[in-house]
Amino acid sequence: MEKLVERKEELKAAVKEFILREFLPGEAAENLTDDVQLISGGILDSIATLKLVMYFEERYGITLEAHEVDREHLDTVHDIVELLAAKQ
Amino acid sequence: MSASRPLHAAFVAAAAAYPDRTAVVEPGRASITYAGLERLSDRLRDHLLVCGVRPGDRVGIYMRKSIDAVAAIYGILKAGAAYVPVDPGAPPARNAYIMSNCAVHSVLVEARVAERFRAELEALGAAVPLLETGECGGGEALSALLEALDSAGPAPVAENVWPGADALAYILYTSGSTGKPKGVMLSHENAVSFVDWCSETFSPTHTDRFSSHAPFHFDLSILDIHVALKHGAALVLIGEEAGKDPQNLARLIAAERISIWYSAPSILALLAQFGKLARDNYPHLRTVLFAGEVFAVKHLRTLCELLPDPRYYNLYGPTETNVCTYYEVLPPVPPERTAPYPIGKVCSHLEGRVVDEYGAEVARGAEGELCISGRGVMQGYWALPEQSARGFFASADGRRWYRTGDIVVEAEDGNFTYRGRRDRMVKRRGYRVELGEIEAGLYRHPQVEEAAVVAVSDEEAGVKITAFLSCKEQRALSLIEIKRFCAENLPLYMIPDRFAWHAGLPKTSTDKIDYQRLKEMA
Repeated sequence: MEKLVERKEELKAAVKEFILREFLPGEAAENLTDDVQLISGGILDSIATLKLVMYFEERYGITLEAHEVDREHLDTVHDIVELLAAKQ
Repeated sequence: MSASRPLHAAFVAAAAAYPDRTAVVEPGRASITYAGLERLSDRLRDHLLVCGVRPGDRVGIYMRKSIDAVAAIYGILKAGAAYVPVDPGAPPARNAYIMSNCAVHSVLVEARVAERFRAELEALGAAVPLLETGECGGGEALSALLEALDSAGPAPVAENVWPGADALAYILYTSGSTGKPKGVMLSHENAVSFVDWCSETFSPTHTDRFSSHAPFHFDLSILDIHVALKHGAALVLIGEEAGKDPQNLARLIAAERISIWYSAPSILALLAQFGKLARDNYPHLRTVLFAGEVFAVKHLRTLCELLPDPRYYNLYGPTETNVCTYYEVLPPVPPERTAPYPIGKVCSHLEGRVVDEYGAEVARGAEGELCISGRGVMQGYWALPEQSARGFFASADGRRWYRTGDIVVEAEDGNFTYRGRRDRMVKRRGYRVELGEIEAGLYRHPQVEEAAVVAVSDEEAGVKITAFLSCKEQRALSLIEIKRFCAENLPLYMIPDRFAWHAGLPKTSTDKIDYQRLKEMA
């Protein structure tokens, strides 16, 4: 259990780092909280979403299904971390 | 060369020649033969005529892309009316505005949106009969509607109506600078001359399988539907969600044996980057057409490397003329090339000239506005006589020329290169975007003091939009806050790529925002 919590914290840091670097350059890290809406909030458009998916698929050797690449599964850092954690 | 004929006549002839061939495919779901599509559209024609549709009337199509919608298009044309397709995913209020603006006789609409749509029509004071169908797909929803109408009294079998070459075949609504969509009116002659040019240029046959990627309210769909079904070819309908999953789309192109692909460059760029194209073979794919915006060379190069066999054509043209110039890109794309490819030469059914701001022709090699004349050019904008008049000028010989608003240069070899817009419109993912509309959206934020939006061309994205903002308070809004605000107030494709905060925006000597300076800063 503890391991999983630790793992999720690692994933969260990686996801935030990637989003800030690629899509929110200059934004203060503390503003990107776990529940900021990414897709419905205009931060990730369709191409950005694909880039994010490709990056984490390669980094962790996992595959996301087409139906998972949408607002329902990827709209917040929290959602993304949960999905990535479930794939590992 | 082409004789005057209705837009639907070539389909009717193909249906007689190839009754058993597949006309339209909904991949993994359904297909319909030429004879089937002919029958279904005939039955709709008969009922529309019974409902009182007369030559020159408009009939709306508010249906998802489907066999039903293709049959609706031909049923409406055969009844002598013009079809008005709207984006089934757009807000019902926008679609109600469009239908009421061009005073449609009636609208074919899916039941899932009918209630809200009716309420929006009523709010506009428009009394429009709705022909409601179930969820479209496979032609079954339209069939069921026709069955239901039959049970009230079968419609007598009528002849196809030919309202004349100058009668409208369809109206396509595009973004207007005032914020209200405007209806581009295209006649049978406009459409047929374009379709025949496509036949001449791309030599399609009954063995081809065309992609239908663009939605039916986009002018790219005119080539897909009417060229494919003129030649007895198959039209493979591709859903809107395809862009979400480039790998699946790549598999679909292979599995459906698509031979002629046509789309905006953005989806091809996604395929090249994320489609894992190397996993499949595409022996049938012989022609790749793209239009609607500049194709970033970087992604075009990747695409040509992954798929070296098809012929590639850059097609250019506003909805007002449909395609008016074209250029064949010959792979490979040289590694050192960064400049976008030319838009090419004027299509054979049209004529082009490049003029200065007074309408005088400029010398070859000088910048000017591309103007187009000929059989493919629209009649005007629905119920907007002033905008229509401004869109044209007459030459000394009395011909009317459509001003595209696009600045071009003609090279020694006669090919045109696109340089930019005369006004403040850009193309993004195939959509027309008025920069002023983005600024108007940004000004709605209570903290925004000044907003100025500029677009610069970008090798990666085609065009990058930067918003320069000044704030009423000391603290600038965070990027997350301003993006969220944009997402709530603008269509997603209008959200700027970059935001830059300044204490005040640079001004010209007359105290106007200095856009030239901002462009340099972007």
